[in-house]
Parts: sequence; structure tokens; C-alpha cells
Amino acid sequence: MKARIHITLKKGVLDPQGKAIAKALSHLGFEGVEEVRQGKYIEIDLAGDNTDTARARLDAMCTQLLANTVIENYSIELDA
Amino acid sequence: MKSCVIVFPGSNCDRDVAVALEASSGTPPRMIWHGESELPACDLIVLPGGFSHGDYLRSGAMAARAPIMRAVAAKAKAGTPVLGLCNGFQILTEAGLLPGALMRNAGLKFICRDVFLRVDNSDTLFTRGYRQGQVVRIPISHHDGNYFADSVTLQHLEDTGRVALRYCTDDGLIRSEANPNGSLNNIAGILNEAGNVLGMMPHPERLISPELGGSDGRAMFDALAELVQCA
Repeated sequence: MKARIHITLKKGVLDPQGKAIAKALSHLGFEGVEEVRQGKYIEIDLAGDNTDTARARLDAMCTQLLANTVIENYSIELDA
Repeated sequence: MKSCVIVFPGSNCDRDVAVALEASSGTPPRMIWHGESELPACDLIVLPGGFSHGDYLRSGAMAARAPIMRAVAAKAKAGTPVLGLCNGFQILTEAGLLPGALMRNAGLKFICRDVFLRVDNSDTLFTRGYRQGQVVRIPISHHDGNYFADSVTLQHLEDTGRVALRYCTDDGLIRSEANPNGSLNNIAGILNEAGNVLGMMPHPERLISPELGGSDGRAMFDALAELVQCA
């Protein structure tokens, strides 16, 4: 099973890298970029075919290592 | 005074802090590899600066899950003093031994220079060698030192005197221009609730004698050496 995990900064957490990206985009002439928030994307290949089990395991992976839930949110997509 | 310095792959201030500990206590620390699962009896644990695991995923994230960290957490809970310097501070927050997180510097650049710190709590195991409100000059050297905590946590830290060190001007004023990395409330170092764990981004071990350009960091190691010998 293939899992795609997106990790993003929580609302209210300042994202200086996102701000710098937004500024660089405007320097390149891209208008109307109101906000940029950057994050991480992680792909995981998991053995087994039980999606409920996989989701629970991925959730535990996110809270224990992949995301820092003090500052980050995560979302899991799973291809059966 | 028996101390342990935990060495992770990518630690690079472990030997500096070992020199500082030996200079103050007369005893060299035990250097403990991160893959160990047990700690010898000791009076102080130090998590040194560096770039453990190449700062992969997040600074300190991998190191915080190293086998030795279970032993460090157990000792910390039992009251053993734990000092985390720079990457050590990042590891302590990632391990949940200190609240909050250390994010990318607000200016996005790696900063390596001396800064001024105000000792905002001198009634701790780590800072009792300084006067309350004393201004000291200590170097910083980091990319991810921007302290963040949610507003409730931050208020709790402030209300309970757990902000031990703050970035300040040379005359001790807490100003945004004296804040090198965007840390909330100019926070440079915090304590855990019990007061036996201190994490700080600056490097006191780098200024422990005039030959190194200053000795403002020395009082921290002198205090630790004295205190645990009495205990």
C-alpha cells in the first residue's frame, strides 16, 4: 500500500520560508500571490492490505516522528 | 561530579563541552554513544550541540528517538539535571522533555556570532553562578533557534519563571533588535516544570576562558560542578 503524507505548519505558526517564497515569486513578476505556506511531503510503502490497520499505523508514525504536533498538522492519503 | 555527555552522529560540540565540564569539575565526563540503552550513575547529563543526523526531518527529531533518550528521559524524571545546548535544546523539545519547538530562524540564515543574554532566573541549578538580571555575552551558532510555543504554554512559562535566559541588548533591554532569530519573547533558554532540565540555544561551553575570547560561560559549569558535589 502506498501512503502519501502531507505535513504543514499549523495556522498561527509563522512560516518565514513561506514568506520568503512568496516574496521571490513576486520578484519574478507573479502577481496576486497572497500567501505561501510550505511543508513536507512523505511517501511510504507499507506491507499488508488492511487499510484500517495501515491508517492507524501511519497515524502513530506521524505523531511519534514524522510531524511535530506542537507546530505541524499532518494528513494521510492511502492508496489501497 | 560525574557527568555524561551524549554523543549522536553529527554532534560537534561534544568535545568542547567535555573540556568545559572537566575544567570546572576536575573530572572528565563519560561520553555515551546514542545507541546505548543505559546510562551510568551520574550527577549531570549534557546533550551537546551539533547537527545530529544531519538535521534530517527536523533538527533533533531523529536524535530524540535514539535508544539512549529513553534512559535520559527516565533520569530527567527522577531529578537528574539535564542540560541541552543548541542541538541539545532542539532534541529536548523533540523528546517532549521541554515544551515548544525550535523553528527556522526568522531571517532564514544560519547565525554564528556572540549575543547578549539576560539571566532572568538565577535561582536554578544551571544559572546560580550569575546574578538575577546579569547580562552575559555568549555565542550562538544555529539555523533553527526560533523558539515557538502556543500562547497558553508561553504564558505558563512566563508566569512560573521558567524563562531562564533571554536575548537582550548589551545593557540588558529586551528589544526586538536584540532578538537574533525571532524567538517568542526573546527566549534563549527555558526550564522544565521541575527545574532540573535546561535547554538553551547559545553555547556557554565556547566561552570558558579568556584565551577563547571570553569567560561568561564558565559560571554555568562552575555552578553545576559545585552543586552536584554537595548533593
